[in-house]
Amino acid sequence: MSAVIENHHDDHHHGPDKGLMRWVLTTNHKDIGTLYLWFSFAMFLTGGCMALVIRAELFQPGLQLVVPEFFNQMTTMHGLIMVFGAVMPAFVGLANWLVPMMIGAPDMALPRMNNYSFWILPFAFSMLLSTLFMEGGAPNFGWTFYAPLSTEYAPPSVTFFIFAVHLMGISSIMGSINVVVTILNLRAPGMRLMDMPLFVWTWLITAYLLIAVMPVLAGVVTMMLMDIHFGTAFFSAGGGGDPVLFQHVFWFFGHPEVYIMILPAFGIVSAIIPTFARKKLFGYDSMVYATASIAFLSFIVWAHHMFTVGMPIAGELYFMYATMLIAVPTGVKVFNWAATMWQGSMTFETPMLFAVAFVILFTIGGLSGLMLSIVPADFQYHDTYFVVAHFHYVLVPGSIFSIMAAAYYWLPKWTGNMYDETLGKTHFWLSFVGVNVTFFPQHFIGLAGMPRRYPDYALQFADWNMVSSVGAFIFGFSQLLFLFIVIKCIMGGKKATDEVWDGAEGLEWTIASPAPYHTFSTPPELPERSMA
Amino acid sequence: MSSDSTYESYYVPHNSPLPIFASLGLFLTVYGGGSLLNEIQSGSGGNFGTTVFAMGGLIMATTLFFWFSKVIEENNAKMYSQQMNKSFVWGMSWFIFSEVMFFAAFFGALFYVRFWVVDWIGEADDVVGGRGPSSMIWPDYVPEWPLLNNPNPEQFPAPAGVIGAWGLPLVNTLLLVASSFTVTLAHHAINDGERKKIVGWLMVTIALGLAFLVCQGVEYYEAYTHYGLTLSSGIFGSTFFMLTGFHGAHVTIGTIMLIVMLGRAMKGHFTKTDCFGFEAAAWYWHFVDVVWLLLFILVYILGT
Ligand code: HEM
Ligand SMILES: [Cu+2]
Repeated sequence: MSAVIENHHDDHHHGPDKGLMRWVLTTNHKDIGTLYLWFSFAMFLTGGCMALVIRAELFQPGLQLVVPEFFNQMTTMHGLIMVFGAVMPAFVGLANWLVPMMIGAPDMALPRMNNYSFWILPFAFSMLLSTLFMEGGAPNFGWTFYAPLSTEYAPPSVTFFIFAVHLMGISSIMGSINVVVTILNLRAPGMRLMDMPLFVWTWLITAYLLIAVMPVLAGVVTMMLMDIHFGTAFFSAGGGGDPVLFQHVFWFFGHPEVYIMILPAFGIVSAIIPTFARKKLFGYDSMVYATASIAFLSFIVWAHHMFTVGMPIAGELYFMYATMLIAVPTGVKVFNWAATMWQGSMTFETPMLFAVAFVILFTIGGLSGLMLSIVPADFQYHDTYFVVAHFHYVLVPGSIFSIMAAAYYWLPKWTGNMYDETLGKTHFWLSFVGVNVTFFPQHFIGLAGMPRRYPDYALQFADWNMVSSVGAFIFGFSQLLFLFIVIKCIMGGKKATDEVWDGAEGLEWTIASPAPYHTFSTPPELPERSMA
Repeated sequence: MSSDSTYESYYVPHNSPLPIFASLGLFLTVYGGGSLLNEIQSGSGGNFGTTVFAMGGLIMATTLFFWFSKVIEENNAKMYSQQMNKSFVWGMSWFIFSEVMFFAAFFGALFYVRFWVVDWIGEADDVVGGRGPSSMIWPDYVPEWPLLNNPNPEQFPAPAGVIGAWGLPLVNTLLLVASSFTVTLAHHAINDGERKKIVGWLMVTIALGLAFLVCQGVEYYEAYTHYGLTLSSGIFGSTFFMLTGFHGAHVTIGTIMLIVMLGRAMKGHFTKTDCFGFEAAAWYWHFVDVVWLLLFILVYILGT
């Protein structure tokens, strides 16, 4: 028995293969993590270009650059690509790189399936993007694809959109199963659940959410497919169905989905702030419980997206109060981060800048969320730019900033080189200014009544829209600097030490920089209770 | 489990062409399928779609065959530790959980339609009170379940009747429940190391599964020809066929899994400590059985 195993160890203990095939055939969690991260960045730029088309059109009132039909395709594709192509794969990439290193595992639990999860994505997004060139154009019904806009009135390309969503779902489910199994089964001996770094905890819960709701998304697009091609009546009142049914099923997926895009961010920030405050994370246990409560609550608040659709009054009240409840565990987290920084000896390297900005700006998004959860207020705010401002505050300086913080924080471990700190800080400040200039004014125009998803608007909204567009271009172009910084760091730079950051805790800092191709082929000795 | 000793042998496979072929196969299948559907809708042949779809399906099936063969081969070469097996067990359990959620979406839709939508369309609802706009559009609509009187009968011709619970569906219930027992008997036979019994009980289980599928075929035929109950006969038909249809698809998959296990059992695979493949198929089979019981109660007994 052991002979076979040893042989095998021999032939995969050499380094990576050369050339393109290394990436296509790989089963290595670090390679696959890298693939995910680059894919995500490519999608981020693609979706970003679409956002710039939108903002360029909205720079002034009137129709200047694009026809309304194309504008709608841009908003739809921008949302879909950013959610499913940029944010989610980035987090999966980080999980691939970090989870095995953080728990002392040799790799992900199911390495071939891991590669399968990744390679589905380029196919799925090629198919989605190809709809732009199809007759009738790309999907134009918004990233929430409400029926009957997305069924009876949809362009023919909707069929490919549906199948693309199926592929993304399959990829996500397999990826999440891998994460859950790795965490539950491959922890270094002696590492209890409550010893795990928070990034691992938040990903465990995120993966659970994904496995629970991606099939529901698959269900709802399947119903669409059947309505479109096989004459079923799910979303058609004439046959006894109901378009509102679409919204219920979609948001049963959709609300947990927004937490899928923020929980790993919580984990990242909980790793970075203690390092640069040189203190232990305040309230580890409460962080875990807060994450679990948020996940639980995220299943029972979905109809806060549907307050204006028409629900029995008891439903409106229930969903209002349940939604407000989420602010409690979220508040626990924000307080814990603040308490971690309190009286710490803080320094502000780039990852910390992004992490601190995350705490402040995400909280702004949380507060506007709280305003939106108030039913009578939401009757005013719904489908205005106020909602756009809300979710961009939680997603851009929230999820995206956390991903950038993570990139800067772990790049030295991945590449063995320090990134250029001055450029990193420049990137941060450009992004910080860009994000706020883009999205803060959207609160004002939203409250003033500007509806979302229109290519044109009334004159009184002109000034703030112009400001917002300027901000968007600042933010967009500063991401090219990020690309440059990352490439520069991969090519060379000051050598990173193994610990990289003084005060950083966790198993990933005990191995060499750059991390060797295979780590923890035998499980590591855990330092005495250092993880918590 | 003494994780210290087993941990070291956690098997990390070397580079593999399987994933990329599986991705390609999956992509061609859905791309071809999508093209085919659009070609049918626009009335333009369907050659391109069919070809790509068939190619994709073939690549997918071939890849899966090689993938599973590889895993079985590695298992027989004793490359998998106890811990690796545990990964498979967890993996299969979470996969089944995802399937549960997929069915939950359709059960949820049935529940929502049945308890609210049907009434709301008729405005026979305390909250709104009286007759509202939709009953002005469709004055002849009668809220009831099963819905034999669709709001818009021109677009969605209603069925004349629906399948009762106590005919074929009852037979099917007995078949599937029995098959859950027989698959457990096969499992016991593995534990006892009685090869003949393993094969025998597996064959019985597969036969019961196939009988179920035949009955369901007959039932669908009756629905279409005798009752005019079709996919496009309004929301009852939609929920009925989607729920039972997806269940039937899962029975088919489960049966294929069991047939593979039968082949392996005949080759002498499976011992008390090494029978994950069989167990996975058996769990899947029990899951399919439980879904059927829910269907029988919620769709047939309470629904007709
Ligand atoms: C304190 C926590 C939060 C509360 C109370 C909250 C509340 C709400 C409410 C009530 C809406 C519906 C507004 C409307 O359409 O009228 C909404 C929309 C939205 N929220 Fe939040 N939210 C919170 C956190 C988050 C987080 C963390 C994310 C994502 C990372 C997020 C992403 C979104 C998105 C994407 C939408 C808009 C979806 C759309 O219509 O396109 N929210 N939120
Ligand atoms: Cu929500």
